[in-house]
Amino acid sequence: MADYILEMRSITKEFPGVKALDNVNLQVERGEIHALVGENGAGKSTLMNVLSGTYPYGTYTGDIIYNGETCQFHTLRDSEEKGIVIIHQELALIPELSIGENMFLGNERKGRFGINWDKTYHEARIHMDQVGLKDDAHTLIKDIGTGKQQLVEIAKALAKKVKLLILDEPTSSLNEADSKMLLDLLLSFKEQGMTSIIISHKLNEIAYVADKITVLRDGSTIETIDNSTRSVDEDRIIRGMVGRELSDRYPSREHHISDEIGMEVKNWTVHHPVYQEKIVDDNVSFYVRKGEVVGFSGLQGAGRTELAMSIFGHSYGTGITGQVFINGQEVHLHNEKQAIEAGLAYVTEDRKGNGLILPMSIAVNNTMAKISKVCTKGNILDFQKEKQVAEEYKERMRTKTPSVMQDVGNLSGGNQQKVLLSKWMFADPEVLILDEPTRGIDVGAKYEIYGIINRLVAMGKSVIMISSELPEILGMCDRIYVMNEGKMVAEMTAQEASQEKIMAAILKSEKKEESEGVTE
Amino acid sequence: MKLQTTLKKYTMVIALVLVFILFSILTQGRLLKAQNMSNLLLQNSYVLVLACGMLLCILTGGNVDLSVGSTVCLVGALCAQLLDKTSVPAIPTILICLAVGALIGVWQGFWIGYVHIPPFICTLSGMFLFRGIGRVILSSKTVPVKNQSFLNIFASYIQVPGLDDKIKWSAFIVGVVVAAGLLISFFLGRASKAKKGYSVDALAPALAKQVIIAALVVFYSWKLANYKGIPVMLLWILAVVFIYAFITSKTAFGRYFYAVGGNEKATKLSGIDTKKVYFMAYASMSFLAGLSGLLMAARIGSVNGDTGTSFEMDAIGSCFIGGASAYGGSGTVAGICIGAIFLGVINQGMSIIGLDNNWQYIVKGLVLLVAVIFDVVSNHKTGKA
Repeated sequence: MADYILEMRSITKEFPGVKALDNVNLQVERGEIHALVGENGAGKSTLMNVLSGTYPYGTYTGDIIYNGETCQFHTLRDSEEKGIVIIHQELALIPELSIGENMFLGNERKGRFGINWDKTYHEARIHMDQVGLKDDAHTLIKDIGTGKQQLVEIAKALAKKVKLLILDEPTSSLNEADSKMLLDLLLSFKEQGMTSIIISHKLNEIAYVADKITVLRDGSTIETIDNSTRSVDEDRIIRGMVGRELSDRYPSREHHISDEIGMEVKNWTVHHPVYQEKIVDDNVSFYVRKGEVVGFSGLQGAGRTELAMSIFGHSYGTGITGQVFINGQEVHLHNEKQAIEAGLAYVTEDRKGNGLILPMSIAVNNTMAKISKVCTKGNILDFQKEKQVAEEYKERMRTKTPSVMQDVGNLSGGNQQKVLLSKWMFADPEVLILDEPTRGIDVGAKYEIYGIINRLVAMGKSVIMISSELPEILGMCDRIYVMNEGKMVAEMTAQEASQEKIMAAILKSEKKEESEGVTE
Repeated sequence: MKLQTTLKKYTMVIALVLVFILFSILTQGRLLKAQNMSNLLLQNSYVLVLACGMLLCILTGGNVDLSVGSTVCLVGALCAQLLDKTSVPAIPTILICLAVGALIGVWQGFWIGYVHIPPFICTLSGMFLFRGIGRVILSSKTVPVKNQSFLNIFASYIQVPGLDDKIKWSAFIVGVVVAAGLLISFFLGRASKAKKGYSVDALAPALAKQVIIAALVVFYSWKLANYKGIPVMLLWILAVVFIYAFITSKTAFGRYFYAVGGNEKATKLSGIDTKKVYFMAYASMSFLAGLSGLLMAARIGSVNGDTGTSFEMDAIGSCFIGGASAYGGSGTVAGICIGAIFLGVINQGMSIIGLDNNWQYIVKGLVLLVAVIFDVVSNHKTGKA
């Protein structure tokens, strides 16, 4: 008989109007890494919130048996006392506090009077070593990267004496190298006997790290796949998630690349907005043809987002120099409005922070970037027209929502991304810069977004796609630029590109810089 | 379910009705007297006007303007002195005063919008600065406002010779015409919507709402007719309220205020000039404070160094009672008008009863807290932040 650390039996959770979880069962063995997969809205996060006490006992039905006893968690604190710690997709760290302070927030090491800071930082050091974080514990969270912040979250969990660690999309904002490191860390914790539950959309990672994979679909458990021999491939998981074969993960498209250049950027240099001597993008040149999808690959911090935003009406950076040509004409874009009028659209990687106004309706968000199109003269809004536009895009993009008057904040990630794309398509741009267009959304929605990109280029638009997922870059782009540390390090066509070549280009540029550093 | 949402939507309206009934009983019907009904709006004219401007500031993200009362004092002082000490006629005086109000707005709007001085601090500075300048202009004296043509423009009543006698029939006729106009435009609006093939709301509840509004207009105009007729000040208030209601609900420019409060970064990346949005919010606020200064000078008949003290608090209170979010991004002009009238009824009612001034503060403080608690709690229930 298997030794289960956790059993969740017939969990049912209802929200007004929706059954989020319907009779879900989950069995996690002690010392394994258990993956939870499913499309957006399948109920993964809800299940974990039930487990952690975020949805208190009584608001759901079913039993949670943890370490052999039936538990009734009323708050997050109840579950944490038992050693169940959940790390959410959006990190819960306070940027202005130090690593040590964050780690013991709400769990302070108390001395006789107030907080014992020596003990705090001593223990912080121990847990930071466990996760391989070498920074000073006094460093502020805002000064370290996302990858390290994720490690701090894990160290924080260790400080709570975690027995069952739950990670919700831990790698969604990490680059490949940081993700690999994090997964290997989980594997090493497993060696030491810790149990983890991991929720992720990145199926290659799941296949790599998980011993068992439970698939959720529409609030029900579909199956639990055994992966102890690492024999499960991504297609097998996808079949469980979507309930059908997704034969091709990238929809094919006819090539419409014209000879005309949609946008060209020459010698673009951008400095950091705060540390103005720091060069973020160094003399970058590139072009994109009409009807072409051009990919920008590179590690986190390669300067791709900064490049895109600085081109888009100087919305990032200072001391910007260089030239931008759209349709062969040089343009000077000093603010976002000029950029939009010149036919440029920047679809942000951060849809919640920079892209959408969550407490406002789909219709309002949809027209935000070119509101004049739904105004009569004198800038008076035509609400009916606005609603019609939103309905039209809802149909075209297959956005799942009961009504376009729904607040965007109530939608799932994939649907929010569709609204964000709708917003920029409505602005009718010639060149679209898509920054991580499929971050944190499920395979089904990804496929649809790829389809939308294909339709855009079929209409003769130019698309620039910034992505940290190499398979996506290789699957979707006609031509690929590779950036590293603010410099353009390689350009290759889709035919010649491969994951190895792109990584090699990045590594080679780093080596070159190192050797240059030595000769200096 | 449906009843619940309706109740929730009109919570403040229902609360207003209850408070009104309560004070009508407590004052043994004196609140309903024609004179008191007429004064209810006039005494709160400044609150209504200021609340409209304050709404724009609050929409941008819960920011407030603390300098409003001081600006009222400064502009009122300037107006009183010009009329009292110089021979500048009424209309140029009004224009100069409004221009000064706008200039103060440009000053604050510039610092807040373009230099990113936190609004709280910038307007706190303005609160001292403008009150000081106001007192300097007054030389610390109370200056009377006696210019008749000035008073006619702001503080007189419309009377039609021959028609208006003991009962000012002109007021009542206007009321009936307006009510009829409201109902007719309601039906015309529906007809044109239906003709274009747009969906229309269910007739019964929409019509009921219109009928109630029309009935209130007729009722109020009857009260006015029984006192001195239509006060000119009411026209000024209505003009401001309608302009702001139109801007916030019907124009692209108005939507920008909500957008900035909802997500400033996303708004900026949508090509909207967020600096200008802040600038305009504070510029319009001070302009309206200037107008309020004129209204107060005319209504009180004098200006002193304490004119306008804590007016900003009444305006802010009205906005929050009227359902504007303390985090920005939501709130309507109709809502804040309800909020302002709500505060007005409480003020007026307590004064008629003769409640001690200190107790009036206590009641107002509690009412404001209850209103905001209610707003926050009910939003939680709908699953918003």
